[in-house]
Order: sequence, then structure tokens, then C-alpha cells
Amino acid sequence: MGELFLILISAMLVNNFTLVLFLGLCPFMGVSGKVSTALRMGGANIFVLTITSMAASLLNAYVLPYAPYLRVISFIVVIASLVQIVETVIRKVSPTLFRELGIFLPLITTNCAILGLAIFQTNKGYDFMEGLFFALGGGLGLTLALVLMASIREQTEVTDIPAMARGMGLVLILAGSLSLAFMGFAGMFSS
Amino acid sequence: MTEQKLPMAESPQGGVGTAGPPVEVEASSFRLVGTLTVAGALAGLAIVLVFQWARPQIEAYQARVLAEAVTEVLGGAARYQTVFMDEDGVYKDQPVADTATIEERIYVGYDEAENPVGVAVVGAKAGFQDVIRLIFGYDPDAREVMGMKVLESRETPGLGDKIEKDSTFVNQFVRVATLIQAVKKGRERGLDEEVVMITGATISSKAVIEIINMRVEELEDPIGTYWNSMGASVAEQEETPPPTTVGGGAP
Amino acid sequence: MSPRVTTPQHDLLRGIWRENPVLVQLLGLCPALAVTNTVENSLAMGLATFFVLLGSSILVSAFKNLIPKQVRISAYILVIATFVTIADLVLNAVVPEIHKALGAFIALIVVNCMILGRQEAFASKNPVGRAILDAVGTGIGFIIALTMIGGFREVLGYGTFLGYPVMGASFEPWIIMILPAGGFFTMGFILLFFAWWEERKTERVQPRRWMHGVTSEVGGAD
Repeated sequence: MGELFLILISAMLVNNFTLVLFLGLCPFMGVSGKVSTALRMGGANIFVLTITSMAASLLNAYVLPYAPYLRVISFIVVIASLVQIVETVIRKVSPTLFRELGIFLPLITTNCAILGLAIFQTNKGYDFMEGLFFALGGGLGLTLALVLMASIREQTEVTDIPAMARGMGLVLILAGSLSLAFMGFAGMFSS
Repeated sequence: MTEQKLPMAESPQGGVGTAGPPVEVEASSFRLVGTLTVAGALAGLAIVLVFQWARPQIEAYQARVLAEAVTEVLGGAARYQTVFMDEDGVYKDQPVADTATIEERIYVGYDEAENPVGVAVVGAKAGFQDVIRLIFGYDPDAREVMGMKVLESRETPGLGDKIEKDSTFVNQFVRVATLIQAVKKGRERGLDEEVVMITGATISSKAVIEIINMRVEELEDPIGTYWNSMGASVAEQEETPPPTTVGGGAP
Repeated sequence: MSPRVTTPQHDLLRGIWRENPVLVQLLGLCPALAVTNTVENSLAMGLATFFVLLGSSILVSAFKNLIPKQVRISAYILVIATFVTIADLVLNAVVPEIHKALGAFIALIVVNCMILGRQEAFASKNPVGRAILDAVGTGIGFIIALTMIGGFREVLGYGTFLGYPVMGASFEPWIIMILPAGGFFTMGFILLFFAWWEERKTERVQPRRWMHGVTSEVGGAD
């Protein structure tokens, strides 16, 4: 159990999906400067990440050993289908939640974090449970980065930044600073 | 304030004036599934063809990299043979099942005279940033490490990556006694089993040493058993001509 | 996209700079920041993406009338994924060192919004010839952007360009440029530079507005 927890914390902090591994940058840049939206986007991502991790584990165990070159295609097809299914299920089960998530759900398909998770998990050779904790940690880390960025951006709305500097340039510099800060987590688990 | 427009969010009607029928016809489900199936089949075919072409080159490269690493950490070997561990923890020449992971194998190196030179072992463990994977050569008779080579590492460039790039550090692993003692620079006492850690990269250095010690502790007995049994068969083979072997075992 | 009919030159040239996919449209950021720690890796990723973009655009445009509207996104993704797998295999066979350096990001070309975007916005609605021009222009723009970022990071972070030392022996490399933070900072500074440049261009013609609402007809450069 401790081993699994280690994987989770490592994926969340030490090798944060967004700030260290460069996954999930599209939502990261595009997320509005609002913490509430960031939380919802992050939550949706965590959900899709965990399901994808499970599907990827199954694919890796039972299907792909026979055709390793079909990995990319099978992963992306599964992800696209999963997102479609999740969207339909949410619409039926909870229309309010569906309305709140809005455009985010289809956006998740092209989120490199989802496919990236499937591939990293495969490369590291994680089994089902390890992959699941990896996905959870990664999703939490992604949400953490999103929320941090959104809260900083909410702050910058009311500060004295020259108009010219506002926009994506600022977001990226902030992201760089966050990435630097997260470097402090490295070495957390070494004896 | 999303500046980026997702291409999929655009209206499926497209632009007026570009190529496209003015009236949309609903395609039947049969056509939908049929199109995707055909496309999928063609895609699969293309990939399989490219894979057939690419596979020999990929495997050749991987075998070459492994052979080079084994030779390097054993201080020079004419050929190597892969030896697999079975369920009882005994090393055998044949794999038990096809899906043996690389950690359950060792590589026995032979010189030109077909004398066994040493055993190359792979090990991996978390370092500072991510997992470090290395291969090291082990001499079961002298109980010494013969050499070390880092295979995969994502340590901090300029600091942790010195475990690969700093030849002073790497050369300490040539003929060092097990179990290795890590010491800080300036505190060495000149013992056979000491390795001085890299200043500013002690965690990465320590991880390397710990990987080796961990694998040695784990495997010294099975390796010893196999080595001694091999010693007997080598003596036998001096009577009979050695069997012709293909250069390099299965990776 | 605008319903205006565009000229061939426009299709070719706009992706290179004016509507550069990375620097202007901010698409494909994941690979743009992740593998640009050296110029060699940047070029390799740029060329691989170029290959996938060109191939996909040709196929999508050639078969646009056979692909039903409802499944078009899935079809595009299938085509793109096929080319990505081929690119992955070819890279692994021909330049295995670079393949190892690029790692998982070759596969992530599939979800590069830039490629899917060009299929949806252009290749599916235009003849093959135009689609090729569009793909070539966008691809070149992508390579330029990546090489720019990679050049910055390698020169400052390693002191070399394509492996050749360019900064002199006494240069102490800025390791941060090779780290993830450096990728963010480089891109951020490039964007800030562009914003400043745009600002300078428009300032010459418009009266300057002071922050407290006081306007002053200060035209022209300082």
C-alpha cells in the first residue's frame, strides 16, 4: 500500500503532469481565470484519467501483447469512445452536471494528458492498481496546477500589470515559476 | 477568456462558398460503420507492413546496445549468453516462459577462450527525479563489481546526470568490493568497498550504489550456484570442443 | 474559418508566420515545450509532425467525399493515428537515439490540436492541391517555432547549437533552460516580445492613453 501511495504522490507532486511532464497544457492555458471552472475541469479530467488507466491496463494485458504496434491507435480509439460514453451517461444521469461541464467534456479527448497517461503507464510497466494510483495522482496534480494557475490569474485581474503583458505570455511565465516551485518536491522520497 | 478555439467546436456546416454540397444527406448507420471499418482495416494493413520492415532494424539496434553495455561492464567480453531464472529461483539456460521480464535475467560473459568472465546484472530503483536503470558487471569468485553503466536516467542535468557523465565516478565501480559503502568526498578511508559520492548529487550517487547492493544481496546465492555449476561444466568442456554458439543471446 | 476563398499563396504562407500554429494560435504546446531542450530534438519532432500533418491532409482531402459527416472526427483521428504509428516505427528503426529522446511525445502527435484543426478547418473542405499547400505552410511554421524555442534553450542551457559549442569556454550554462521551467519561460518571453512588438507598431498611429484616463496626443516613437 505504501508503494502505491508513493506512486500517487510522485505523480502528483514530484513529476507533476502539467508542470514537469508538459501534459495537459491546452486546458491549462485555456482555463479561464476562475478557480471554480478550474476545479470542474480538473475533476472531469481525474474521472476520465482513472477510467482510461483501467482501460489501458486491460488493453496492455490482454490485447496488445499480440500487436504492440497498434498501441497508439487502440488507445486513442478507446479514449475517444470512453469520453463519448461518459458524456452520454452524464447527460442522462445528471443534466445539471452536464450543463456545468459544458464544452469541457469533448475537449478532454484531445487533452494530451489522457493519451500521455496511457503511454507513460505502459512504458513504466505498471499493473492495474499501480496504473490506477498513477492516474489518480496525475489527475490530482493536474487539478492542483490548474487551480493554482486560476487563483493566480484571478489575482492578476486586479493588479497593476501593463496591458501589453497580459495574456498568454504572462500565463506561461507564471507557469514557469510554478514549475520551478514544484522542483522543490524532487528528492522527497529518496532515502 | 478562452483564446483558443477547439477545431471540433466549430459548426459542422463549414463555410459558405467552400467545396461541399448545399444540402446535407443523412448517411445511414451502415455507411458510417462501414466507412470506419474499411478505414480501420486499411490503416491496420499499412501499419503492419511498416512494422515488418522496421522490426529487424529495431531489434538489431537493441541487441547491439545491450551487447555493448554488457561488454563494457564486464571489462571486455567476446560474447555473452542470457541466463534465465525459473520459479525456484535457480538460473537455467532456457527461459521458463516467453514473458520473462528483463530483471529476471543475467548475462554471462565469455572471453575468446570461452572462459566465463563475469555476470552482468540489470537493476533499477527511484533516484532523485525518476527511476534510474543501470547494468553492472559482477565477479562471483572475487565478489567484486567489475563496472557500471547507467542505461536510463532522468536526473537533473548538470548535477544528477553526472552519474552517467562523470568518468571519475563511473570508473570507481571497476573492481570495487561488495557490498559497496558510499562515502562523502573527503571522508574516504581507502577501503576496497568504498565509492565516493558526487558532491551536489549525493542522492543520485547513493541510488546507484543502493541499486547495485540490492541486486547483489538478492542474487549472490543463485548466481553463485550457477557459477559453480558452470565451472564444473567448463572443466568438462576442456575435453570436448566447445559448442558453436551464436554471438549474443536473446535480449 | 472565414468563408472567403483564399489564394494558393495565401494558403501556403499564412501558416508560416502570420498564423503560426504555435506562436500565434498556441496549438501543439505540449510537444513545443517538452522536447525542445535541444535543436536536434526540436527539428526531429518538427519533421515528424510535418510528415503526419502532410500525410493526413492529403488523405483526408482525397477522401473527403467518402467520409460521412457524423464520423468525420473519428475518421480524422484514425488517419492521424496511423501516420503517427508509422512515423514512430520509422524513427525507431532509422534514428533510435532521437526516438529515445522524443519518447512518448511522438505518440502524442496524435492529440496535437494543430493537426486535427487543419483537417477540420481546411483539408476536409478543399481539394488535395490546396490541402498540401496548407499542410506544408503550417508544418514549416511549426518547425520554425520549435526550432526557435529549441535554439534558445540549447544555446543558453548547454552552450551549444546542434551540438557545436557556440558560447565560448567561460560560459556557465543556464541549466534552468533545460528544465521544464525553462520551456515555460522561453515561450512566455517570446510571446511577451511579440506583444511588445505589436504594441510598438500600433502606438505609432494611435494616441497614447495614460492609465488614469488622461489622454495625450503623443504620436510617434520615444
